Amino acid sequence: MHATTTIFLELGAVLFALGVLGHLAIRVGISPIPLYLLGGLTVGHGGLISLGASEEFIEIGAEIGVVLLLLTLGLEYTASELLSGLRQAAPAGVLDLVLNALPGIVAAFILGWGPTAAVVMGGVTAISSSGIIAKVLGDLGRLGNRETPVVLSVLVLEDLAMAVYLPVLTALLAHQTFARGSLTVAIALGLLVAVLFLAVRHSDKVTRLVFDPKADRNDEILLLRVLGLALLVAGLAQKMQVSTAVGAFLVGIALSGPIAEGAAEVLSPLRDLFAAVFFVFFGMQTDPESIPSALLAGSLLAVAGITTKIITGWWAARRAGIGTMGRFRAGAALVARGEFSIVIAGLAVAAGIEPKLGPLAACYVLLMAITGPLVARFVEPATRAVRKRLPARA
Amino acid sequence: MDIEETALPGIGLRHDFQTRGGRRVGVVSHHHGRRDIVLYDVQDSDAVGECITLTAEESDVLSELLGAPHFVEKLADISRVFAGLVGEQITITPGSPYAGRLLGDTQARTRTGASIVAVVRDHVVQASPRPDFRFEAGDIVVVVGTPENTASVATLLRTG
Repeated sequence: MHATTTIFLELGAVLFALGVLGHLAIRVGISPIPLYLLGGLTVGHGGLISLGASEEFIEIGAEIGVVLLLLTLGLEYTASELLSGLRQAAPAGVLDLVLNALPGIVAAFILGWGPTAAVVMGGVTAISSSGIIAKVLGDLGRLGNRETPVVLSVLVLEDLAMAVYLPVLTALLAHQTFARGSLTVAIALGLLVAVLFLAVRHSDKVTRLVFDPKADRNDEILLLRVLGLALLVAGLAQKMQVSTAVGAFLVGIALSGPIAEGAAEVLSPLRDLFAAVFFVFFGMQTDPESIPSALLAGSLLAVAGITTKIITGWWAARRAGIGTMGRFRAGAALVARGEFSIVIAGLAVAAGIEPKLGPLAACYVLLMAITGPLVARFVEPATRAVRKRLPARA
Repeated sequence: MDIEETALPGIGLRHDFQTRGGRRVGVVSHHHGRRDIVLYDVQDSDAVGECITLTAEESDVLSELLGAPHFVEKLADISRVFAGLVGEQITITPGSPYAGRLLGDTQARTRTGASIVAVVRDHVVQASPRPDFRFEAGDIVVVVGTPENTASVATLLRTG
């Protein structure tokens, strides 16, 4: 009885505090993710307050948060959108991944962390936050802009890249032998191809697993079935050492049509709750005293990350025949990093490689989640000001 | 008229076209039924200058406003071209004896002299409906004839 009392008090206080922080973030116009991370820093190991009783619960909640983040990411795009994105925007996607993984990889080698950490840091710096970006584009009224499809197609390809990258990373982190590692990677890639094929050709049959199209839509049943299926597949994936995140992601891709939209809708409050718990948990695992020493490297990485994303967007938009202003808008829109960088760093922290990696990733995401929306907002006046100073070309 | 269609992964679809006046107008259709009407900027043709967000219901109303009066105007033209002829719109009420029955059953032309030239159902115009067309409550029947003839059709459809 006493144990539950403490858990309720701690959990209640944490969630309420997150609500206050989230409100603050929206008032100021930034993403709440950095504030959740800071919240986690204050209650974690070496923080101001220490949560004892509810840490186990928060840890499980964080794992569910990862599953939900990847499940809703998979639901966001249909399999055919993924494939047509691959056909149309492959060059932009390759440039995006190469250019943006580079700063992370270089940083890991300069810091002397070894190849596995370099693969992790490459992922942390490469993947944009589709959640923050979709919100910013909507808030700024840019969904109809002609460069927006370019931005979205880059996000779609990052999404596909995650499906390949996560199993590779999981195998690397598990210190598996090359043969075993390549086997799990091959299983994961085989599953991805199979799921894409099923989702494109037989989406109605897959969808029937979670929903009877003849019955009236019932949100409760839909929620239970989709969440149940995602956790089941995530658990199975874990058993095969493929990574829970990939399992959940594949479930999201396999579901399509109106059911996917309905599922995304009913899952979104749950996702917001558990994702917040996940960010707090990541913050809790990070020692606040390690943050100042990571700040310099984090800031340098942030500057590099802003530059490389702007170059990516600029180039991709130019390829699509967009004007100068639109090219800079596309680049700036891509800057924000967030949930997926933390998911990747979280895997590395859980595997216990390089203790300084967590604080650096935390710093990086803190900076990028705050500056991303700001860069997107102020890119237009900034470009205009620079253009005015430049002598007019004839 | 050339309408460009662009997929917006994760959001929906965008349609846009250039008006004869030179402005670019588009509609962003979200998966959940929300519609954004966007007007592109005059200076920067890639950027949205104005954006109006409509709910599913509001966009229905707007499309009706843009589409339906057009139809009524055309009907009004009939009386201008052929003196003595009028076009009337008569709604089939749920209490009408012909709700659920065939157009042929009304024998409207034989009994009144006016012609049923179209039926509008859920904003879709069915031109020249055949005698085996089945009326439903809520259908709008478009009748052309003299003022007396069309009034008789109205009575016929209301009371039988």
